[in-house]
Amino acid sequence: MSNKKITKLLKKNGLRLDNRKFDELRSIKMEIGVLEKANGSAYIEWGKNKIIAAIYGPREVHPRRLSLTDKALVRCRYHMTPFSTDERKRPAPSRREVELSKVIATAVEPIIFTEFYPRTVIDIFIEVLESDGGTRCAALTVTSLALADAGIPLKDLVAACAAGKIDGKIVLDMNGIEDQLGEADLPIAITPRNKEITLLQMDGTFTKEEFKKALNLAIEGCEKIYDIQKEALRKEYIIVKEETEKIEEE
Amino acid sequence: MSNSYGIMESIKRKKISELLKYDKRLDGRGLMDFRKIKIETGMIGTAAGSALVSLGNTKVMTGIKVETGTPFTDKPKSGVLTTNVELTPLASPNFEAGPPREKAIEMARVVDRGIREAKAIDLSKLCIDPGKLVFIVYVDIYVLNHDGNLFDAFALSAISALLNAKMKKYTVKKNGELKYGKGYIKLPVQNYPVEISIGKLDGKMIVDPSLEEEAVVDGLITIAIGKKGEICAMQKRKTGVFSVEDILLAITIAQKKAKEIRENILGELIAKNKKA
Amino acid sequence: MQYLVEKRQLVIPGELLAEGDYKSGKNTYQEENRIYSSLIGLANHIEKNVFVVAIKTGYMPVVGDLVIGKVIDMRLSGWIIDINAPYKAMLFTSDAFGRSFNARKDEMSDFLKVGDLIFAKISAFDRTRDPIVTIRDQGLGKVNRGHVIKITSTKIPRLIGKKGSMVNMVKRETGCQITIGQNGLVLVSGKNVEVEALAILAIRTIEKNAHTLGLTDKISNLLKKEEGD
Repeated sequence: MSNKKITKLLKKNGLRLDNRKFDELRSIKMEIGVLEKANGSAYIEWGKNKIIAAIYGPREVHPRRLSLTDKALVRCRYHMTPFSTDERKRPAPSRREVELSKVIATAVEPIIFTEFYPRTVIDIFIEVLESDGGTRCAALTVTSLALADAGIPLKDLVAACAAGKIDGKIVLDMNGIEDQLGEADLPIAITPRNKEITLLQMDGTFTKEEFKKALNLAIEGCEKIYDIQKEALRKEYIIVKEETEKIEEE
Repeated sequence: MSNSYGIMESIKRKKISELLKYDKRLDGRGLMDFRKIKIETGMIGTAAGSALVSLGNTKVMTGIKVETGTPFTDKPKSGVLTTNVELTPLASPNFEAGPPREKAIEMARVVDRGIREAKAIDLSKLCIDPGKLVFIVYVDIYVLNHDGNLFDAFALSAISALLNAKMKKYTVKKNGELKYGKGYIKLPVQNYPVEISIGKLDGKMIVDPSLEEEAVVDGLITIAIGKKGEICAMQKRKTGVFSVEDILLAITIAQKKAKEIRENILGELIAKNKKA
Repeated sequence: MQYLVEKRQLVIPGELLAEGDYKSGKNTYQEENRIYSSLIGLANHIEKNVFVVAIKTGYMPVVGDLVIGKVIDMRLSGWIIDINAPYKAMLFTSDAFGRSFNARKDEMSDFLKVGDLIFAKISAFDRTRDPIVTIRDQGLGKVNRGHVIKITSTKIPRLIGKKGSMVNMVKRETGCQITIGQNGLVLVSGKNVEVEALAILAIRTIEKNAHTLGLTDKISNLLKKEEGD
């Protein structure tokens, strides 16, 4: 790839290679209820990332021995299609995909009233159709929409966003090249209402000051993501609301 | 263990066969009607070619990747075509995560045969250095929503994605070294196979069986038809049996429906591919 | 501090509904003196009770609900029933036979087989054990004919219509019996496949065009036209 030639991620005018400012998100589009068979589903385009999430359940747990007597089991499968990356990815789940599946499940579970559905499973299936850095945050963000669409009782949504360091500068929402060549990456997820952190991973190097700055920037990013999530849900369901009102009028 | 979502209500079974006696179907279609077909292409930037096909509520996405690799020893001058089908668990309550099982493998092989035997791609044009280096075309098919007749949707999305696909311009040096140039070329697509699945129940034939119909019909056959009406591949599925007359009738139906689809649905993509 | 959400406002999970001296009702939860929504729906309140009418949510069994279920397995003590809920229900042989079951004399599959449908009532359920259904009531029991369709649960009110006007019209015009299970399944049964197909077409049209105005007339016209053909 041509990435090898790139040595600097910030241009002379201080903007990033895709002309974003340091605290600017990529363009984001969310859609609710895109699959017919799933109990809930949602689709997100976050920059070039294209991800679909589906929820099945609460339903009976198979194999049975995994079932919990006091709450629902939350199970996630994050998977990338072979054509979602520059080099074809083998279809079998990689160790990275297995890890991300686990951290995503752990990050959404705190918002779910799992105690309402003992002995069941809530299955989350995520398929990355195209990727360009930051898929775990996008996947987590779209998963929380799919859960809401499935009508599963939630305490809040989860909004996720990463901050990191490129060319020594703290920036928000790195794309693929920035992620690859940058010095540090800090993906987080929060419950927007209480600002509780439900996912935090980091790799690279930060000083403590840099970390604080990055964390605050990432939280700001999550808040912006939350606004887009709310908007997407309202847009989808305001139609349903109008329907019900018309019934009452007729 | 098999799961309960797959169990069909006995009265629905009865209903489907009752309706067929009147040449009717649950969703109001005629026996020879496909559901609404919609094709979008080129939405995946990381893929060489991509297509999203809807067949009613059945939704299938195919992505093409072109990479280099070694040819098969028995075909040293031929590029390689690899077809992979994944029944993603997000598409149906019946699909489970894990490596492809026999169902997915059968589907992949039937789609693969249709494309391969129709010579949809001129593999001889994908040789770089005989015996050493050729292009490998990966056709990865993902089902997003399963509402029946995946075979036809898979084949349609595969050929659409191939028609949409492009690869970097390249030259081959005398020593066999590959050099990429600027710009893109289309993949050498030369035939446009369309697969038609036909179900049989109580002597009646239907095309494009829905999920419910698939469960009820006793005979099911998939036929791939090339651009001249030639038969490229066939697969009899399910346990029900066919007579010779049945098979001949099925072929006639498949040829007619394949032609319609190729002209009405794929026409634009084929024209675009030819122009490039 | 006092806050109260507007009536019929569209809310999403985690949205603040009320602050102060209020009571947390259906589909809401409370933290200190704040009440939040747990689902997407329309907020409402009656006096101090704040609740949310869910727009889309899965079916959760409630004792007394009438449901349509499918037999998916058989055990020694009874049949396992899929009721389109997170839990499978149980129908005991004693309930079905109306007396104690004798495994030596009685053949369970003579009564109900895998794939058979029943119209039943939830007789017990508390989430710690699977729900139990009964068919020991008038109008309940095995469904012998007709057709079951699954309806997006949000469209069920539209199908019923104001005080049942929509579903009653479809019944009247097609002569079909239409049974709506509280678990989101609808059973259509008529004197022949044609009228059933017509009723299903009407229901599907209602489902698809649920947001359009004048739907009652539209469906009425559709039914009259098809009958005339």
